[in-house]
Formats: sequence, C-alpha cells, structure tokens
Amino acid sequence: MNFEWSGVWDAMPTMLDGLLVALTATGIGYVIALVLGLVFAFMRRSESRWISMPVGFLVEFIRSTPLLVQLFFFFYVLPLIGISVSPLATGAFALGLHYATYTSEVYRAGIDGVPQGQWEASTALNLSTRRTWTNVILPQAIPRVVPALGNYVIAMFKDTPQLLAITVVEMLGGAIAIGSETFRYSEPIAAAGLVYLVVALLMAWVARMVERRYGQVRV
Amino acid sequence: MSSGLMSFIWEGLANTLLLTVFGALLGLVFAFIAGLGRSSERKWVRGIAMVYTEVFRGFPSLVLLFVLIFIIPTFGFQLNPLIAGILALALNIGAYAAEVVRGAVKAVPPGQLEAAIALNFTPVQRLRKVILPQAVVAMIPPFTNNLIELLKATSLVSLVYISDFTFAAQLIRASTGETALVFFGLLVGYGIIALVFTTAMKLLERMAARSLGRTVPSGLFGRKEVAA
Repeated sequence: MNFEWSGVWDAMPTMLDGLLVALTATGIGYVIALVLGLVFAFMRRSESRWISMPVGFLVEFIRSTPLLVQLFFFFYVLPLIGISVSPLATGAFALGLHYATYTSEVYRAGIDGVPQGQWEASTALNLSTRRTWTNVILPQAIPRVVPALGNYVIAMFKDTPQLLAITVVEMLGGAIAIGSETFRYSEPIAAAGLVYLVVALLMAWVARMVERRYGQVRV
Repeated sequence: MSSGLMSFIWEGLANTLLLTVFGALLGLVFAFIAGLGRSSERKWVRGIAMVYTEVFRGFPSLVLLFVLIFIIPTFGFQLNPLIAGILALALNIGAYAAEVVRGAVKAVPPGQLEAAIALNFTPVQRLRKVILPQAVVAMIPPFTNNLIELLKATSLVSLVYISDFTFAAQLIRASTGETALVFFGLLVGYGIIALVFTTAMKLLERMAARSLGRTVPSGLFGRKEVAA
C-alpha cells in the first residue's frame, strides 16, 4: 500500500470539525485549570495543616497519575454517582483538573517569588489582607507566571487526542472514523498529526507574544 | 479475583515498567544528542537539533504513537508494537529533556569553560571533565519531572492494544464489571510507581551532588522545580 497525499487533503474538513472540538475542550479545560489551580495554591498555603496537607497530597496524586486513566475514571464513575454529562464535558473537566495541579505549582512559585519585604511593607502600611493580595502581591506574581501558564495551554491542546478514549471525536478520533469507512488509516492520521503540529506551533508563537507583552514585572 | 486475571495485571505492570525504563534510557540518548547539538558551533547541527525539539514537542504523543504503529508499516517497516511504543515515547520525552540538557549546560558559569580552554583542554575534555559533571546535577530534578511524565504517557499505549497496566485494568473491568474499584486501584498503582521513581531519582540527585561536594536539602517532599 502506498501513501496518497490526496487522502490527507480529503480528510481536512473532518479535521476542522475535530479542531473545533479540541479547541473547545482546551478552552473550557484551561479556564477550569486556571481557577482551580489558584484555589489549590491558596489551600496549600493555608495555615491549617488539616487543609494544606490533604490538598497537597491530592495535588501530588493527580499530578503523578495518567490523564488517560483519570478520563476513564470520570467517564465511568460519574454516571454511577448520578452525574451524567456529555463526554466532551467530562473530558474538559478531567483535563482541567489534571492541569490545575500543574498551574497550582506555577502560582505557588510565582507567589513565593515575591520578595518577603513586600509582605512586610504591606503590613507596615497597614494594608488589609485583600489589599495586600490585589495591590501588592498578585501584580508582581502574575507576570512571573505568564510564560509557564502559556505553555500549559499548548500542553493541554496536545493532550486532547486522549479524549478519543471516552468517545469524543476530535481530530485523531475523526481520522480513525474516516479510516474505518475507507480502510485507509495512514492519510487521515497524517492529516490529524499535521493539524496538531501546525496549531501547536501557532499557539507557541502566540504564547511567546503574550509573554513579551505581559511577562515582565513593571515597577 | 482469579489467578488468570492476576497474571494479566503482572504482565501489564511488567510492560509498563519496561516501556518507562527503556523509553527513559532511549529518551536520554535523544536528549543529550539534541540538547548538546543546540549549543554546537556548526549551524546545521543546531538546526537539526532545533527542528527535532520543536517538532516533537509540538506533536501529541498519542498521534506519534498512531503514526509509528499504523502509518510506518504501510511504508514497509514492520516494528514490534512494544518497540514502536518505546520509540514513540522516547522521541517525545527526549525533545522535552533536550531543553533540560540545553538549559543545564547554559547554566554552568562561563568562567568554568574559559578556565578549561585556558588549561588547553580538548573540546571533548571540556565537556566530559568540566561542563557535564556540573550540568548533570542541575538536570536531575527536571529529569524527575520528565520521568513521571513518561510514566504517565506509557498508559497511552493501551489505546493501540499494547497490553500495559491500563490495558490489563480494562480487561479486568470488562470481565468483573467492577468499574470504580478497578480504575481507582489503577490510579493508586500508578501513584505508587511514581513515588518509587521519585524516591530513586532523589537518591540519585543526592549522590550526584555529593560527588561534587555539595549537599541537597533532605526530605522527600522538599521544594520542587516547576516545569517550564
């Protein structure tokens, strides 16, 4: 059997549908990861060991186990406890939860990177806890975390093909669907790979732009 | 659980460990070639190394796995599935680890290289006796992250019908119907393997640092590097 480039071309409309699904999963997942990661980071900083220890353990556990198994877990177990949502929603949630453990580390490093004197100065100026965070700490912590957070969008996008395991038809899933109709798998899979590569490189380029714009600490 | 099902688990576990260990070793080779290649004096070497890291970091590992298992055979190269799996995982993780190698080599103080040149060391001696011993210590913590990523990525091979730990769990789920228990057990299993690997790398880091006369703060759950 030989490789036909026209087959790659023919798969493109399906790929664009798949791309939309992949981007939806990435987008929803990313919002979850950003918010949940911040929650994890705050809870790990909690003064009560009863909060910081279990959350720390949970974050380490989620971080060190495969996303694929987590996808299966949520896909099969959520319906058992009476939550039935679409596979895409399950996938986006699992993706978001998985990457929240990464973003929480990034936030933590960003917050720890703010010099101790900034906290002391805020105390000396009698700023409230809220004002200390919003006006002093976060404006300095966020630019530090922008580059790493940008990289995780790309990483999440590249993990979306795993959603095919829970019946979500993204690009790789679409390629396999075409293959099962035409009995030619090579061309559609190559098409999927090409689109993933191009979009991921494009995202990396955008991330570098954002980094250049917002990634510097301004005093 | 019957002993037949148990043997699936052991086989799957063995394959997962095999994929992780050999994927890591082969990935390490790719990482050093590409990572050192990026600081080569020759432009074409730098170019090839850069294309490798950019392409394989931009390519989802699952798609890479599908390419090696389903597309490459159509060109007449029939790879053993397990070897194809190791190769796909190694190409992917190698591209990430290459960045670690590059960063660690760059982080060695320039005075060290200048001193080696002043002492009339050959390029190979500079690398072997001066740069690498210092750079390797800095590489180990980020390599630990890469290793755990690799361990997690090995579960993808179950989607191309290689009988790894996840694949074995799927078989058991199908034959016993115990969904929640099986997948939770699988997660715990991966968590334990990851803990073993992390502990081993921590010991390795301490040994490498001691050989340079430095000490590493103790504690397994000490501060962790954030992957860039």
